[in-house]
Amino acid sequence: MTDKPILDDTSRAPVSQRGYVIEKSGMDDAIGGKVTINIDGKDIKIPLGTTILEAARSLGIRIPTLCYHEDLCVAGVCRICVVEVEGQRTLQAACGYPVTAPITVKTHTRRVRQARRHILDLMLSKHYGECYACFRNNNCELQTLAKEYGVDFFRFGHPEKPLYAVDRSSPSVIRDMNKCILCRRCVRTCIDLQEVGVLEGHGRGADVEIQTFMNKPLGEVICINCGQCINRCPTGALRANDPTDEVWAAIDNPDKHVVIQTAPSPRAAIGENFGLEPGTALTFELNTALRRCGFDRVFDTNFSADLTIIEEGTELLLRLYKALVEKDASIALPQFTSCSPGWVKFLEHFYPEYVPNLSSAKSPQQMFGALIKTYYAELNKIDPKDIVTVALMPCSAKKFECNRPEMCDSGYKDVDYGLTTRELAQMISETGIFLPDMPRSDFDDPFGTATGSGVIFGATGGVMEAALRSVYELVSGERIENIFEHADIIPVRGFQGVKYVELTLDKIGPVPDLLKPLVPNWDWLKGATVKLGVAHGTANAKRVMDDIKAGGKFSECHFIEFMACPGGCLGGGGQPIPTSPSIREARAKAIYAEDSVYEIRKSHENPAVLKVYNEFLREGPCGHKSHKLLHTSYIERGKYIS
Amino acid sequence: MSPSHTGELTFSTVKPRVGLQAALDKGRAGIVAEVSGSGLKGRGGAGFPTGVKWNLAAATVADEKFVVCNADEGEPGTFKDRVILNRFADLVFEGMIIAGYAIGAQKGILYLRGEYSYLRKDLEKTLERMRTEGMLGERVLGRDDVSFDIEIFIGSGAYVCGEETALIESLEGQRGEPRNRPPFPVNTGYKGRPTVVNNVETLAWIPSIMARGADWFSSLGTDKSKGLKLFSVSGDVERPGVYEFPWGLTIADLMREVGGENAKAVQVGGASGYIVPARDFERHIAFEDVPTGGAVIVFGPHRDMLQVVSNFMEFFVGESCGQCTPCREGNVKLLEGLRLLEEGRCSTRQMRELCALGETMQQASKCGLGQSSPNAFLSIVKHYGDEIMGRTDVIV
Amino acid sequence: MLVTEQDRLRDDILAWGDAGGGSREALIPLLQRVQQKYGEISDFAMQVIADVLSIHPVEVQSVISFYHFLDLSARGKFIIRLCRTISCDIAGKDRLARQLENDLGISFGETTNDGMFTLEWANCIGMCDQGPAMLINEKVFTRVTPELVHNVLQACRASFGNIGLEGKEEL
Ligand SMILES: Cc1cc2nc3c(=O)[nH]c(=O)nc-3n(C[C@H](O)[C@H](O)[C@H](O)COP(=O)(O)O)c2cc1C
Ligand code: SF4
Ligand code: FES
Repeated sequence: MTDKPILDDTSRAPVSQRGYVIEKSGMDDAIGGKVTINIDGKDIKIPLGTTILEAARSLGIRIPTLCYHEDLCVAGVCRICVVEVEGQRTLQAACGYPVTAPITVKTHTRRVRQARRHILDLMLSKHYGECYACFRNNNCELQTLAKEYGVDFFRFGHPEKPLYAVDRSSPSVIRDMNKCILCRRCVRTCIDLQEVGVLEGHGRGADVEIQTFMNKPLGEVICINCGQCINRCPTGALRANDPTDEVWAAIDNPDKHVVIQTAPSPRAAIGENFGLEPGTALTFELNTALRRCGFDRVFDTNFSADLTIIEEGTELLLRLYKALVEKDASIALPQFTSCSPGWVKFLEHFYPEYVPNLSSAKSPQQMFGALIKTYYAELNKIDPKDIVTVALMPCSAKKFECNRPEMCDSGYKDVDYGLTTRELAQMISETGIFLPDMPRSDFDDPFGTATGSGVIFGATGGVMEAALRSVYELVSGERIENIFEHADIIPVRGFQGVKYVELTLDKIGPVPDLLKPLVPNWDWLKGATVKLGVAHGTANAKRVMDDIKAGGKFSECHFIEFMACPGGCLGGGGQPIPTSPSIREARAKAIYAEDSVYEIRKSHENPAVLKVYNEFLREGPCGHKSHKLLHTSYIERGKYIS
Repeated sequence: MSPSHTGELTFSTVKPRVGLQAALDKGRAGIVAEVSGSGLKGRGGAGFPTGVKWNLAAATVADEKFVVCNADEGEPGTFKDRVILNRFADLVFEGMIIAGYAIGAQKGILYLRGEYSYLRKDLEKTLERMRTEGMLGERVLGRDDVSFDIEIFIGSGAYVCGEETALIESLEGQRGEPRNRPPFPVNTGYKGRPTVVNNVETLAWIPSIMARGADWFSSLGTDKSKGLKLFSVSGDVERPGVYEFPWGLTIADLMREVGGENAKAVQVGGASGYIVPARDFERHIAFEDVPTGGAVIVFGPHRDMLQVVSNFMEFFVGESCGQCTPCREGNVKLLEGLRLLEEGRCSTRQMRELCALGETMQQASKCGLGQSSPNAFLSIVKHYGDEIMGRTDVIV
Repeated sequence: MLVTEQDRLRDDILAWGDAGGGSREALIPLLQRVQQKYGEISDFAMQVIADVLSIHPVEVQSVISFYHFLDLSARGKFIIRLCRTISCDIAGKDRLARQLENDLGISFGETTNDGMFTLEWANCIGMCDQGPAMLINEKVFTRVTPELVHNVLQACRASFGNIGLEGKEEL
């Protein structure tokens, strides 16, 4: 299973960058299936077409790389990975050399070492900036290599002045081209992996630079703020727009009541910033740390994730009812999830005609913000203008989302600041706290308890699974465990780029109290087959959208979950760097493990959510008040700019 | 040894159609065998055996294959392909048809550099004529099993697009940035399909090899460099132009023919070739000694070699595609070094450092451009160290 | 740009794009046609082209910026490209360059105020045996001397886009 987009003929990746496919003869040991090569004196038998780099890695031999990234097509442009292949006149880039014959490779001869050192020196001759004034200090691939290869002076000079102004126009991503080494990972991320197309190489020769369309500031071009480029930049040329100063200022201000909500994905990944192996969730250690940092309350975004499920699920049932029973042709189906702000902006730009399909339910981050400044403020008799809401998110697009003008339904900015995992880790390290050593503590009331359903929002398929658990039970009156063991809906899990699932509703039950004002009965759903889709990474989303446009099978779906980032939120643009398929897999494991230990694992059983409906949103899901606070609308942006 | 800048070229003594007819009579395997037997090596510079290339492409199974004629002739000092296209385009097209038939391709593309777009009208006319004469189109020479047509693609001003994989990228509507090799175009070329890319001159020789046979061709030239070769001669000579000689003649012989006897040095192989000083003029022009794609630039006794190499480096700085580090940044550093030399301010240590950098560029660059751009620099340091170091007269 | 001109541009691009099969391979020929007819490839044109070929505008711009003969900004009616490479250098391109600058009143890289001429350097244009050589649009001029510059420019002015000099050289 892979979350790379499929590189078929419809793929945007140029032919040259697609994998080199070698016809293999099924049986590995047959002639033509495998080949033995020798690297630094060690023999290894590998399938034909394996690159020298992959072969070396499986032997535990380190070959340095810069432009290579596991998630991306091979570029072979930085040349740092060159090795000597016996019989070849020139050195060969290990990352882009598929083995087709028995060869002998040497990875650190004099020629190789000299070349690598020169390449580093050449990069440094254009790389402006001081390592200690850089957010990637100690986590920079260029810096690491400079150390590895003993760079102790600038052989070919070093820029004394910046050549480019830093572009801070985007609410999400800051570009500092002075640090760019032209590995083009961001280009491949943006064009091939995400198919958004913001960044490309411009010009030729020594003038090449990475540019946006017409070299406009990032804030003015069609960027979806997913931040995937940040996660794949080897240096500090790309980073998120960091509001930690403002957050500290709020904490330091005694008049402000500062609350933070933490999403499950950052909690599953923040350990990486403290040197832990990927896949260690630090949810409850983080609660303690945040309090010690000075946050007044620590809430669990899962609460509002559960709320989102109720609102979004209800919206779906209502759409189906209107379309199927009332035969209202104006109802847009399939309904699309709208909790990934990167995805929402992608759709607004590239498929504006499908804006009506987006669920009007806000994302959990925004629902929480709106409730904190209304319900919570009333409950605790705090003037909402004194409340500062901070959201810990795995996501750079959340920074854009909380700044959307639509997101002020509480009368204030619903969410004041979005912090990424990396930024919060930085804040914590400033306090001297070593997060893994913190004692564990619980979330604060009144939103305290959450369910497992909220947790799995972090992984691709999670929203779908959570929605299914609730919708199925609300409609059938049966327990989901009857059809999926332990309520684990395996078919929607995993990193396959696009998933399609059907579920037939054999049984129907009575309409639960919560929904009674909305539908008279479920008879119209008896025997219905619900068709569902899941896509993550906007390249895969694009495939699904094109299929819908062409009237393919996804156009018959009722509900589709879209996530802008590969892997879902756990692979978000605000997560710790680096990222790779195995790191994302480890994070997913942590998330599903957390889900499975929850006592309550279904959103509609969350007592705190039910309490909110009893006390505050009295008209129930999709009622008047929840419409005002928890729902929103989107913009048809289109893809032309002037 | 007859200078041909005015007269006939050997391959043009074969009348139109004759070579094509002979080829179709031989059949696919026969053609590949004949080309292999002739020992013909690519005339674009790299000198890859054409027979081997065709054989590889023929052996690859695919739904579609392509033949591309590389008429991007951008190497400074090379202009033979222009002359061929101007006068013998039909032979080049015949060569493409034969290549297409041999490997199983039905489409040919002539990649004509933008600088030569004025040739397009006549080339289109020739193609049209060949179509009406039944040499191109559905049934080539009345053969049911042979169909082939040729399209002209105009380049847009990029030397690097002469590199075959960059050329293919350009055909595909991309920036002309060379690809990783392997895979080679014979496996994964245009649109991911097997593609044979051959130089104009390589293809122009095909009809005569078909008509006269491999033995005729391989009897000319040297052991490892078979046949006759066209040379583009320019610079400080009395009679610049295109010449035809068998491989293996000495540089001195060539200088006598073209009126460059008192030359101080010649650059063989264009900007990416090597500078051969006068004391080495007895060396032979052949793949086994001094290889070339055909460019011979002659420098008279008073030429300043430093300025010559600066001119080349400016060329490479402007023409590097800029994707790989050694070439993108390295050429600039070498040019900066040359500027220091011009000012007489380059320390020996700096110069050695730059020579080492040149070696790295030759070794680690992604394509032939960066692998050969330091050649000229390294050559003058080797042969003209005395002339270029410690200058006092500042040259603008 | 007037709305009508945008419409005309869009229609042209749609027609040419369709003729090219609507795939990315059609990009460079399409850019060449737009440039030929409109003298530049505008921001708007790039976006329409991207739309027609299902690629991103930034990719169109990236391709244009790669090739010397494709321009993002408007150029003169006549683009003079003087070869600066070694053989033409040896043959005296510097003096020719000086005279071109003098007669046009601009430096290399610039366009005359009347929008008639753009002066540019070119790398080897394959006329090494007949230098100094230059291209004016698609026509090639060889063995140009400083003295001839005036005549050549006059011929351009008089021809208004269609210089009456055959491109094909004599051999
Ligand atoms: C930078 C560079 C420029 C090249 N330019 C040309 C060219 O203008 N014409 C050409 O035929 N080959 C050129 N080549 C060589 C081609 O890559 C390729 O080897 C050749 O077209 C193969 O044809 P042949 O085997 O018939 O020579 C160039 C190679 C490099 C590295
Ligand atoms: S060697 Fe130069 S021209 Fe070739 S790929 Fe590298 S940068 Fe481009
Ligand atoms: S990592 Fe192989 S060339 Fe960059």
